[in-house]
Amino acid sequence: MARDRTPAELVGAAPEQAPFEITFDGRPITTLPGRSVAAALWSAGVLAWRTTRRGGRPRGAFCGIGHCYDCLATINGRPNRRACLVPARPGDTITTQEGHGHAEIAV
Amino acid sequence: MPKSPSDRAAGDPYGRVYDLAVIGAGCAGLAGAVTASERGLSVALLDTAGRIGGQFYRHPDPAFGAVRPEALHHDWSAFAGLRRRLEAGDVAHLAGHHVWTVERQDGADTPWTVHAITGADGDGEHPVRVQARTVLLATGAYERQLPFPGWTLPGVVGAAGAQAMLKAGLVLPGRRVVVAGSGPLLLAVAASLATAGARVPAVVEAAGYLGYARRPAVLAADPQKLAEAVVHGAALLGHGVRLRTRSAVTQVHGTDRVEAVTVSRVDRDWRPVRGTGRRIACDALAVGHGLVPQIELATSLGCATRRTKDGTHALALDAFQRTSVPGLWAAGETGGIGGAQLARVEGEIAGIAVAAQVRDGAAPARDGRVRELRRRRERMRAFAGAMAAVHAPGKGWAEWLDDATEVCRCEEVTVGAVREAVDAYGARDARTVKLLTRAGMGWCQGRTCGAAVACLAAGEGPLFLPPSPERRPLAGPVPLGVLGSLDPSEPSAAPAAPAGPAEQPDTDRPDGNSGPRD
Ligand SMILES: Cc1cc2nc3c(=O)[nH]c(=O)nc-3n(C[C@H](O)[C@H](O)[C@H](O)COP(=O)(O)OP(=O)(O)OC[C@H]3O[C@@H](n4cnc5c(N)ncnc54)[C@H](O)[C@@H]3O)c2cc1C
Ligand code: FES
Repeated sequence: MARDRTPAELVGAAPEQAPFEITFDGRPITTLPGRSVAAALWSAGVLAWRTTRRGGRPRGAFCGIGHCYDCLATINGRPNRRACLVPARPGDTITTQEGHGHAEIAV
Repeated sequence: MPKSPSDRAAGDPYGRVYDLAVIGAGCAGLAGAVTASERGLSVALLDTAGRIGGQFYRHPDPAFGAVRPEALHHDWSAFAGLRRRLEAGDVAHLAGHHVWTVERQDGADTPWTVHAITGADGDGEHPVRVQARTVLLATGAYERQLPFPGWTLPGVVGAAGAQAMLKAGLVLPGRRVVVAGSGPLLLAVAASLATAGARVPAVVEAAGYLGYARRPAVLAADPQKLAEAVVHGAALLGHGVRLRTRSAVTQVHGTDRVEAVTVSRVDRDWRPVRGTGRRIACDALAVGHGLVPQIELATSLGCATRRTKDGTHALALDAFQRTSVPGLWAAGETGGIGGAQLARVEGEIAGIAVAAQVRDGAAPARDGRVRELRRRRERMRAFAGAMAAVHAPGKGWAEWLDDATEVCRCEEVTVGAVREAVDAYGARDARTVKLLTRAGMGWCQGRTCGAAVACLAAGEGPLFLPPSPERRPLAGPVPLGVLGSLDPSEPSAAPAAPAGPAEQPDTDRPDGNSGPRD
């Protein structure tokens, strides 16, 4: 379905810095500077980047303002970062956080 | 830590004592900070966010180079004015500061210590503290959520959250977004989404807008609010958006993400009417059921609260925005949901009142500007009360749940588990349900599920009301290392004991409920 316009066009976004790449589970995503990790993922149509501890269900951003902790992601190897608050930086690697995010050091 | 003598050098924001520490840089906090500063006070302004503006004036990062940042806002000039005054003055703006507790020492020369962790998501290395003679709490609100089958599916997002992500990140959760829940914010969200390029097939509102028609006097008293509604209404009509009142989303469809929603008619009590469900195709749902004042920092100090007409707890404030704890002021949504303009007015009253208190030790009783601001405040508060009454959740909402619906998103606790705790184990309040089921024990500390759990635990009472404001010792999860790093010779890390209401609020009396109970 065609869209009339994008939000970036609406506000006349003209970043000085060029769009850059981050990766999500190894897949490259190009985004504009100034976005949170969650916004960068949304801009690529990605809505889920965590699975729940019990049911293994997919989750992503919900409250959008740092309250609900549903958007926890593993960013550059560090689990439990709130993706709606952390700014995306060139070269960031985002990986789906499974469960509590400490799988690699599970005891 | 900022306490060593070498840190006290000029420019160290933690080495000095401020006349006023303002928590929250939204409309209320900004107005309070610049007003007090212009009246000669030294002011620190703390906010978790990297940029000022709060929820209403959330805007794109400068890196976007947006030439029309105002395209997604009403009343941008009011914000531009506050920002100019902030930049021209010497308020210490401490961005990226997450305040997790506020301590008060009775009788001390510097009674207030504001504790914060830093960094975009609180990941900063060192906890910090800011010392002040007075505090203005302007932490705003967060969205109230009521669960329904399928609400944990990716693509279901908070309506206010979608608005925030759009205003700051210039992104949409989908291309065809249904907006649902209750409250005037839904219209603003739908208008923004549609203006930014999303298709909005419907705005689904559980209340009936006729409720407004029954309160003509209050409506007429606040023409600005009416104008806002007309603007949103016009924008929605222009985008072909349908407003379905007395309706609710009762089911979300999809396996890994939203594919459609079922919208059902509801009766006056929000009870779904059988056989009225209609499917609407969409790839996202933005949902919210009003806003809840964010007041944990104050209730942990023992501040008196009042109940609002839609069942939330707000701080009880007097004519000069004072809370019941001496030295602590509050403005904006912390005193009850009322919108950006009211927040600005209250912030200014608080700024004037704090300045008068610090300089003259008295309230600005004969200040003409304060009288004018108070008149505007009363008008807007009356309107806010009418709005809250119209959109108060009906007690029948729980009938759209099924036992498999998750109530607590963090701990994945289902309606069935909560009902079992209530029916089989006799739980009657959220606290007992939490102990039995873990609902509300997760990362968000029950902010997201608290209203729903309290309601399910209380059964079908006459009112949809959580019995008491949550009294959390910390306003957010704090790394253990931060607690451990507190200097034991300093006042204890635990929140100060309730200071007792030394001054009785003389307006806005707590209606019914005085102060938090456990
Ligand atoms: C997500 C969201 C989106 C909204 N969007 C709109 C909208 O589009 N239109 C509309 O009319 N109304 C909107 N509202 C309603 C909004 O609450 C008011 O319109 C207005 O922003 C209230 O101003 P305020 O100054 O009281 O609070 P806010 O603007 O909410 O400002 C509070 C500030 O306090 C900060 N804060 C909170 N807790 C802490 C802490 N512990 N430590 C440090 N800082 C803290 C927050 O980061 C925030 O910047 C929205 C509300 C929410 C929750
Ligand atoms: S979306 Fe709620 S905390 Fe990030």
